[in-house]
Amino acid sequence: MTHLDKLENQSIFILREAYKKFKKLAMLWSIGKDSNVLLWLARKAFYGHVPIPLVHIDTSYKIPEMIEFRDKYAKEWNLNLIVGQNKKALAEGMNHTLGRITCCTALKTQGLQQIMEQYDYKGLILGIRRDEESTRAKERYFSPRDKNFEWDFKDQPPELWDQFKTNFDENTHIRIHPLLHWTEVNVWEYIKRENIPFVSLYFAKNGKRYRSLGCAPCTNTIDSNASTIDEIIAELKATRTSERAGRAQDQEDTYAMQRLRSKGYM
Amino acid sequence: MTAAETEAASGTSTETLRFVMVGHVDHGKSTLVGKLLTETGFITETKIAHVKKVCEDQGKAFEFAFLLDGLEEERDQGITIDVAQMFFKTKRRNYVVIDAPGHKEFLKNMISGASSADVAFLMIDAEEGIQEQTKRHAYLLSLLGIRQIAVVMNKMDLVGYSEEVFNKTRDAYLGYLSTINVKPHSFIPISAYHGENVVKKSEKMPWYKGLSILETLDNFKSNDDRSKLPLRLPVQDVYKFDKRRIIAGRVESGTVSVGDEVLFLPSNKTVKVKTIEAWHAEEPRSVGPGISTGLTMEDQTFIERGDIGCDPARPAQVADHFTANLFWMGQKHLQKGGRYLLKLATQEVECLVQSIVKVINSSTLEEISRNAHEVAKNEVAEVILTTKKPIAFDTFDAVPETGRFVIVHEHDVRGGGIIQKTVQEYGAAI
Repeated sequence: MTHLDKLENQSIFILREAYKKFKKLAMLWSIGKDSNVLLWLARKAFYGHVPIPLVHIDTSYKIPEMIEFRDKYAKEWNLNLIVGQNKKALAEGMNHTLGRITCCTALKTQGLQQIMEQYDYKGLILGIRRDEESTRAKERYFSPRDKNFEWDFKDQPPELWDQFKTNFDENTHIRIHPLLHWTEVNVWEYIKRENIPFVSLYFAKNGKRYRSLGCAPCTNTIDSNASTIDEIIAELKATRTSERAGRAQDQEDTYAMQRLRSKGYM
Repeated sequence: MTAAETEAASGTSTETLRFVMVGHVDHGKSTLVGKLLTETGFITETKIAHVKKVCEDQGKAFEFAFLLDGLEEERDQGITIDVAQMFFKTKRRNYVVIDAPGHKEFLKNMISGASSADVAFLMIDAEEGIQEQTKRHAYLLSLLGIRQIAVVMNKMDLVGYSEEVFNKTRDAYLGYLSTINVKPHSFIPISAYHGENVVKKSEKMPWYKGLSILETLDNFKSNDDRSKLPLRLPVQDVYKFDKRRIIAGRVESGTVSVGDEVLFLPSNKTVKVKTIEAWHAEEPRSVGPGISTGLTMEDQTFIERGDIGCDPARPAQVADHFTANLFWMGQKHLQKGGRYLLKLATQEVECLVQSIVKVINSSTLEEISRNAHEVAKNEVAEVILTTKKPIAFDTFDAVPETGRFVIVHEHDVRGGGIIQKTVQEYGAAI
């Protein structure tokens, strides 16, 4: 087995556990490279089918090309797509100038919370990875959130020998992270090997490219000339900056991600 | 050439080794990991700049540990609360570093981290010497089945890089390790903070002839090959998305090929493999350990989650009671006569704690009691469990993946165990 085979097989194992153990299960699809890989792995796990609804939280500030991509593949791959939006917050004028953490919490965390309540989802699959940032480095594959959507990172349940937390109280839910053990480079290597479609914003245009995708006002490009997957991989192997350095909300304060994620952010 | 060989030939390594850093609180585990990642260039400048600022704000010198300890509470108190996993590589292979907490309070997190490791570094502070968790962690590693363990003696700078101090602690610790049947790979004197013997050999300790931390990593043997063991394929689910009826599961050991007879236990049904399914890839003729696969069978026999597909010539055992070594992580004690949920591979069954043969302190190894009524948090016990229905399993020594289980109580995993013997064998041994 190659290292990509190992990553793939572990992720498929996790997806299958989630599908078996959670009747009310959804998968978050941000349209970024990681959730596209996740979706591809689901098709592998379930032999071409995607028996899990995909939830996209639309903040209304996403880069237009992401929405085009979403709608194209939702149709082509016959996906059960559910789009969530915190309409109330948007109607009241929520935007990043009111504070990035405030805006992320309202449009992403609360937007997600509304959809979870509406459909009563008990399991939510997300494409986060340990190498993205410090709090994600401490995540479990199956990670509980309490009734207030909060993550008790100081008292996480044990997780051993691929026996996951699939028993839980009502009013709580479990976040499932099948890509936790992948790195950014692994994701690109796998996209290349499997020929997985992705938004072309990751490729450089005029010396700039997106390394991580989010909302337009809070996502910056990096200097890059990488216009093929091989060039992206070569660039990432040499880089000394963080993947999420272009995501403005992460830099709001020293523990921005910890504060966001402990309240239920992705 | 196989894909793995192509990868090896192109210089991109295929192998990944997972190592855990364990030992007593404050003995420098996170510092060593931080230093190792910094010196091998696998920490981003963004992160280093971030930690520099945090340390300046706290009025401290640069803390390598903060590269791992990302939570505010961890940095304020200077301790690791939960396991962090990081990635780096050498020319030889890829590594996943699992930095485990050393505080007794967070033992369940240490176990979560160590349970997925292939090899371990056990750290001792040269000045403080052997402490409670130094012993407990070694014992838990041995229970978790981790065989390759290197002992690291840190903070050698605080004892003047003294060979005498090193030898004294080493000999004392070797004595302890021999009582739990652990033969360490090596003993390495280091100063994590100053980088002595971390990547390169230290000039401060010319008396030390062994390997540095990084050299030791590359010197560890690769993982055991599970393909020679008998087939064990725990069924996760049965899919019927289209006209195919696919038995889905992961091969834990052995191999299975098209045309093979497979015995499913405990339901005791033998069926022949018709196809091995795949999507967006060629359908394989045969699959081995670690592969999440899907089989269709010649007969539409009823098989369900929990069954373990076995080699009919070398099947798993089926019984409703066995003896196990169990470690307990729950706040509430494990009770004799108590009923709990037992999860073994994909089987879930209610079990009864029939007898607690003996309880031991997992640090001192002192026998706390015989024929006890309960097992407290952080204790290890030999127990006899009875399951409501017969289950399929192996002893841990025979097939580790189907020889271990967890105990769930009030929604969470509270204990883990490895199966020693069926009770029949146990009875025969007395």
